[in-house]
Amino acid sequence: MSDKDYIIIESGKAEQPFHYAVGMHGSKFFRELKDNRRFIGLKCPKCGKVFIPPRGVCGECFVEMNEWVEVGPNGVIGSFTILRYAFIDPETGQQKPIPYGYGFIKLDGADTLFQHYINIEDESKVKIGARVEAVFSKERKGSIRDIEYFRVVD
Amino acid sequence: MDKAAIIGVGMTSIEGNKVRDTFADMAWEAVNKALDDAGMNINDIDNVITTSNDFWDGRTISCMAVGDASGAAHKNVSCVEGDGTFGAFYGLTRALSGSYGTTLVTAHTKGSQSVSSLITNAAFDPIYERSLGMDMISACAMQANAYMNRTGITSEQLALVSVKNHGNAKKNPLSQMPLDITVNDVLKSEMISDPLHKLDCSPVSDACCAIIIANEERAAKHKGKPVWIKGVSFCSDAFFFGDRDLSRAPALEQAAKKAYAMAGIKNPMKEIDTAEVYDAFTYQELMWLEGLGLCADGESGRLLEKGEFAIDGRLPVNASGGLLSGHPVIAAGLIRIAEIVKQLRGEAGKYQTKNPKTGVAHGVNGLCGQSHCVWVLGKDK
Ligand SMILES: [Zn+2]
Repeated sequence: MSDKDYIIIESGKAEQPFHYAVGMHGSKFFRELKDNRRFIGLKCPKCGKVFIPPRGVCGECFVEMNEWVEVGPNGVIGSFTILRYAFIDPETGQQKPIPYGYGFIKLDGADTLFQHYINIEDESKVKIGARVEAVFSKERKGSIRDIEYFRVVD
Repeated sequence: MDKAAIIGVGMTSIEGNKVRDTFADMAWEAVNKALDDAGMNINDIDNVITTSNDFWDGRTISCMAVGDASGAAHKNVSCVEGDGTFGAFYGLTRALSGSYGTTLVTAHTKGSQSVSSLITNAAFDPIYERSLGMDMISACAMQANAYMNRTGITSEQLALVSVKNHGNAKKNPLSQMPLDITVNDVLKSEMISDPLHKLDCSPVSDACCAIIIANEERAAKHKGKPVWIKGVSFCSDAFFFGDRDLSRAPALEQAAKKAYAMAGIKNPMKEIDTAEVYDAFTYQELMWLEGLGLCADGESGRLLEKGEFAIDGRLPVNASGGLLSGHPVIAAGLIRIAEIVKQLRGEAGKYQTKNPKTGVAHGVNGLCGQSHCVWVLGKDK
């Protein structure tokens, strides 16, 4: 038998829908983003690091975090890439337009990097260390997409 | 640690699309090759560990689907989700527990059956990260940029890893992508995600690997050439990518230090003779070599250019062709172990390195080297 004689079956349109609990910290974070266009992170009482996205525990210190601090909305690019291959958007199932930029953003006042899109209108300006600002979506629903992207500021 | 050895290895060929094989078919082939290699039959196996990932397999409890073909009937079978090196670690602890003399460890994947980028996208946090659409390639591209920015390693040096490993693959009949290429070919291949070109990335692959681990007593009864487990350790970094300095691999440094200490190795640069590391992308081979302490931080590119990591170099790295020449996720790390076993037995054929006594095999779980598992294997007890 040659390879073309072997049968393949398709999984079809089967879906596995989930509804993820964002939790008490994330809910507050997204509400701030949606209502006030503000980023807030959680500060560790022991090591003093400010974490964003927020979560309840500092893994290094193994202690709970309760102190909220405002960070951003400006920051610097920690690392980035420009995606040039075709990729399906996991949210819509549609092909995403290429190229587009991704980055890890060190928001002012935060100790961790925040993952999001980077506007690549002028590719030559997209560099590690470049200063960026957040551009918020006009219609905000309380999700990570409430931020449209970050863009390099001169 | 009490002594234990690897007394059998078996693997399928690595291919882009094993359309004739189910997961169980691949397991059957690899397991029987490992049993033959060890001169054993399934009754000599005391317990079984299968290693797989439910997302990649497109089903839950994916490990159980290969149980029958892995000889798990009436045996204690347990499963590990992740890279094969981590499955082998669990298998080793079982062999050392005193309850089992031998453990059969398998690891399988068929990357061909799904959309890889959607699978690796699902590894990201569903609340903060996943909907942005990042996948393994884009995340690793950002790590590559961070690493190159910090160390000054160049795209040409990355390309040279691809040239070396695809070239080595020409000597390995089980490899998927033997290629005769130049640095220029790599740099001219399609830019996938800056700074990674198509030939900086490993392909989508199908394969299964199996190894047999025995405690000292059972290894002593073995007629072949046991390869001794001298040291092994794994460590993990933070869950959120943004919490990590992506240009460094502290979890790998820690795992390597612990594994060397266990093996009594004081100077890994001098005492390790051959290495198989997790080169899912070109930059990773260089970055992991530094994290493994096999060369100084930021020096790997220069040493590569000097030919030190070639099959006939000072420290041959991925003599088998590595993952750049075939990357069956999950099986990948177990294959690294099996390749070092072949090297130490002197049975690696055309890609045999010069008389190695001690080798390192390295596996990764999670994107961008979130956790690392390091195995130090030796010819001598
Ligand atoms: Zn802390």
